[in-house]
Amino acid sequence: MKRLDAGRSHPVTFRLNGRERTGHAEPRLLLSDFLRHDMGLTGTHVGCEHGVCGACTVLIDGHACRACLTLAVQVDGRDVETVENLAEDGVLNDLQQAFRRHHALQCGFCTAGILMSCTDFLARNPRPREADVRDMLTGHLCRCTGYTGIVRAIVEVAEQRSGSTTEENEHV
Amino acid sequence: MATATQESTTSALGERQTRLEDDALLRGLGQYADDLATTPGTLQAAVLRSPHAHARLVALDAGEALAMPGVHAVLTGADVQRWAAPLPVGVRQPMEHWCLAVDRVRYVGEPVAVVVADSRYLAEDALDAIRADYEVLDAVVATEAAVAGDAPVLHEAVGSNVVNDRSFSYGEPDRAFREAARHVSLKIDYPRNSCTPIECYVVVARYDPADGGYDVAANFQGPFALHSVMARALKVSGAGLRLRTPPDSGGSFGIKQGVLSYVVLMALAARKAGAPVKWVEDRLEHLQAASSATNRVTTIEAAVAEDGRIQGLRYDQLDDCGAYLRAPEPATFYRMHGTLTGAYAVRNLAVRNRVVLTNKTPSGLNRGFGGPQVYFALERLVQHVAVELGLDPLTVILRNLIPADAFPYRAPAGSLLDSGNYHAAVELARTGGGLQELEERRAAARAAGRYYGIGFAAVVEPSISNMGYITTAMTPEERRRAGPKNGAVSTATLTVDPLGSVSVQIASVPQGQGHRTAAAQVVADVLGVPREAVSVHVALDTGKDAWSIASGNYSSRFAGAVAGAVHKAATRARDRLARIAAAQMGADPGDLVFADGRIHDRNDPARSLSFHRAAGAVHWSPGLLPEDEPGGLRETAFWSPPELAAPDDDDRINSSLCYGFVFDYCGVDIDPVTGRVTLDRYVTTHDAGRLLNPDLVDGQIRGGFAQAVGAALYEELAYGDDGSFRSGTLADYLIPTAAEVPEPVILHQETPSPFTPLGAKGVGEGNNMSTPVCIANAVADALGQRDIRLPLTPSRVREMIGITESEPPAAHAAPSIEAPAGGSTLRATGVVELEADADTVYHAMLDPGVLSRIIPGCHALEQDGDNAYRADVTVGVGLIKARFEARVSLTDLDPPHALRLNGAGSSAVGTAEGGAAVRLSPREGGGTQLAYDYQAAVTGKVASVGARMLQGASRVVVDQIFARLRQEVDGPGASAGDRAWGRRFRAWLLRLLGRGGAP
Repeated sequence: MKRLDAGRSHPVTFRLNGRERTGHAEPRLLLSDFLRHDMGLTGTHVGCEHGVCGACTVLIDGHACRACLTLAVQVDGRDVETVENLAEDGVLNDLQQAFRRHHALQCGFCTAGILMSCTDFLARNPRPREADVRDMLTGHLCRCTGYTGIVRAIVEVAEQRSGSTTEENEHV
Repeated sequence: MATATQESTTSALGERQTRLEDDALLRGLGQYADDLATTPGTLQAAVLRSPHAHARLVALDAGEALAMPGVHAVLTGADVQRWAAPLPVGVRQPMEHWCLAVDRVRYVGEPVAVVVADSRYLAEDALDAIRADYEVLDAVVATEAAVAGDAPVLHEAVGSNVVNDRSFSYGEPDRAFREAARHVSLKIDYPRNSCTPIECYVVVARYDPADGGYDVAANFQGPFALHSVMARALKVSGAGLRLRTPPDSGGSFGIKQGVLSYVVLMALAARKAGAPVKWVEDRLEHLQAASSATNRVTTIEAAVAEDGRIQGLRYDQLDDCGAYLRAPEPATFYRMHGTLTGAYAVRNLAVRNRVVLTNKTPSGLNRGFGGPQVYFALERLVQHVAVELGLDPLTVILRNLIPADAFPYRAPAGSLLDSGNYHAAVELARTGGGLQELEERRAAARAAGRYYGIGFAAVVEPSISNMGYITTAMTPEERRRAGPKNGAVSTATLTVDPLGSVSVQIASVPQGQGHRTAAAQVVADVLGVPREAVSVHVALDTGKDAWSIASGNYSSRFAGAVAGAVHKAATRARDRLARIAAAQMGADPGDLVFADGRIHDRNDPARSLSFHRAAGAVHWSPGLLPEDEPGGLRETAFWSPPELAAPDDDDRINSSLCYGFVFDYCGVDIDPVTGRVTLDRYVTTHDAGRLLNPDLVDGQIRGGFAQAVGAALYEELAYGDDGSFRSGTLADYLIPTAAEVPEPVILHQETPSPFTPLGAKGVGEGNNMSTPVCIANAVADALGQRDIRLPLTPSRVREMIGITESEPPAAHAAPSIEAPAGGSTLRATGVVELEADADTVYHAMLDPGVLSRIIPGCHALEQDGDNAYRADVTVGVGLIKARFEARVSLTDLDPPHALRLNGAGSSAVGTAEGGAAVRLSPREGGGTQLAYDYQAAVTGKVASVGARMLQGASRVVVDQIFARLRQEVDGPGASAGDRAWGRRFRAWLLRLLGRGGAP
């Protein structure tokens, strides 16, 4: 296991949204702080710093992870994707558009984390039932919407992507 | 002058539309307070907070902290006393609320010092190095106990914890009670909760020594009447505090009003540091010390006729505002004052309101503000009246509702209910929501032996607060001396630039409600331009923008008031443009129609002028304008409704401008084994006047409903008897997730308000008022219970069902010990199998060298007597890390069978005290069995982490002590499991630890 000196900054080289980036971090620096303050990507939000609210969720090597429970030095050599990478050629992707259509956000603070979790979730579960979507969403707290629009948006995108209706086509 | 008519063929108002806000937010390009660019050299702040609920602050020494690398300054109470004044208080009492503790702390989490450093990490490191000495005082936590004569008094100069006591009488309540056939009463204990935005407080402050002024950006939500409070605390003029809000805010729900004391605090920290200072509140700080709704104890009584008609009501309310009466308190009481009779035609009302202070966090705005507390009492009472009289609750509701022909209706305490048809709304709900089917489901469930209940709630939802309502806390005589306060000024500014672009500035400080979208719709409608052509700015700068004391986002004032001001500003601009265009076109201004980005002559469809051409003329060719037209185009409109008068001499107060109606019912199914309450169906019916954007309205309803489900079933800001705070993480303060929030059936009725420009009323808070009590009524119905306390957690419901929890099985061979007093108590028992014999184990535990190695986080251990030591120990739990000065001792020695390992520690963030009874017994086939029973109590910040995380964490720490002991006595190779265990422990810690906790 690699040992790092606690008092020093260490180089962290990783792919961030498809581009190789290098920054420096003390071992205790959280990935959430590193992304926001050192990499300048403030789309990833911090809501609790103990892994419950889910606002800071990013993809590390394609897996949804809490940036607030990850140390910056842990992403050295890895691939990190944040909400800023979702739009394709400047156009909102299907998930983002569905969120807008279904009023799946109000203040928008929790949204980035939910979008990143969904990205991972839909890649692994192309045909989720609504109950699966709600189960996945239990890893996120939204105080504004009551979740209705979020669930509708995800279910709709899953249907569109898989070209068919979900098994349990029961809209909320 | 003729007025231009407005006939837009593409009216956006009232239609479902997507939001202008969403594009940027979905890309991660929102500009929340922590995202704003800061000046180079901006430093970061961390706040040292009181670990005690009530104590004298004897000494504070920041010398060591100041010597640490990267630390620039430490702000203390002495600085605050030199530069600032206490925050002004809304009642005449000799209370001092400083933004930083001066000589006494009155709640856990009260700011005691601010460290300013190069980074937040370094600032938090330095918090550990500040020495704060306290002399702990008795705390008072329970509201009723605080009223008792022998209670510890928080503010000695006041002499009592009741800081405001007013009695009111409207109509003839005594006579009504004397003559009534029945009296029905209930006592209610409404808990503390908070709508907890996901974004916490953020403040960025700067001090300008040249002009002595402060420039502060904060995610403050208003009301901007509090700007005066902040400026006075900073001892500057209004202009001396330039307060800015960010373009986006991550939710507030009232709670971000409470950032006001941190605006003052960080402004002073910036002054002390001589540099801009930024502070970002963390979640533990937020839950523990930001703000909350008041908890309230109410005794409510109704005088009722046999047919269920309520002839009189009596309220005796104790509102618990926490340790300080922070502005705008005691507003929680008076926001609802004119509306205390709810949706009912009750003419006789007696009220006693006492504002009580206890050793808890100061209260403040919270969505529903005052409504949940009032309606929980009133609607529980109505349900109970039905039970007492053997009537159906809906029958009692219908018999008492204000009749449709009575509007506008003056309620006895002063509210002028603007419009409504309550009976029609109930009928809509009954048929549209399928009440009959629900009743059949209840009958079937009960026949099958299940607990199923139906609850109702009828509430009047006030919106657009009268800024004068708070003065109802004063006597008429005091009000006369202070001068009348009333009204609610809303404002909007519309600008048309030389290229014809329209921009609007509003002072409504939204936190996700879509104000930009709605304002753009209003303007687009009036000016006949596409919605996308209207840019709306919501970041407020008190130094430049139009604002007033009512500015901000609260009391659901947007649709009714702010949208009206936008409409007024847009109409003025349109009327000016119509005159200008009419002159150019040779038409009558009254004949011009604004549509499709052009100005048309209704009499001659061929004649039209583009909007930007007409608008451009005011900038490019003012000489060609009609004579009295000055050129330029910027219109600022202010609007205050005349209906919002000051309280009269009989204490009647029209506390709000609009009053919507919400009628809810629900069916709940209660699991007889787990006590879990499941919402089978929830129907909510709203009459909020004219709907400006139905999607935004439904979004507000669903959001409020979800929060209310949390308040009903899960959420409570919990305190120990000693005032320790016990729900400092989101693992203990439980916010409902997508799995817990069902989809409500939403129904609308539209009875326009005659008092707002667009006929709209507020709609943002109704379910926060109606839903908790509606669910409680359903549970009361299901279980046949009278006393219902929120939140209805499974354990509380099991208790009501009559299921007693069985005692946990006693750990074998473990002697029990007394729990130390106070704080959060933790207990763990366990058994460790050791290969060494009892004698070896026993003597290892008496060896200071071994002790220093087995106590986790032990930096140093010195002998301090027989089997007594002083130790320096760092413990990290959850988001926090604390360095304790500990005393460790071994007592009750019974070699080699038993001993007791004791520890007591104090740190800047709280105390910890514990003991482990250890018993050694020989194992069959050799070796020793070590059984321990460990109990500990923690106070302060550590306790705030909450029991859920603490239990797990203490278990890890204790397991670690004995696992290390095994390594000491059996040797490192003794247990192959240890290394795996160590890895698991590290992984667990990593999951738990926040920024302070890198291993």
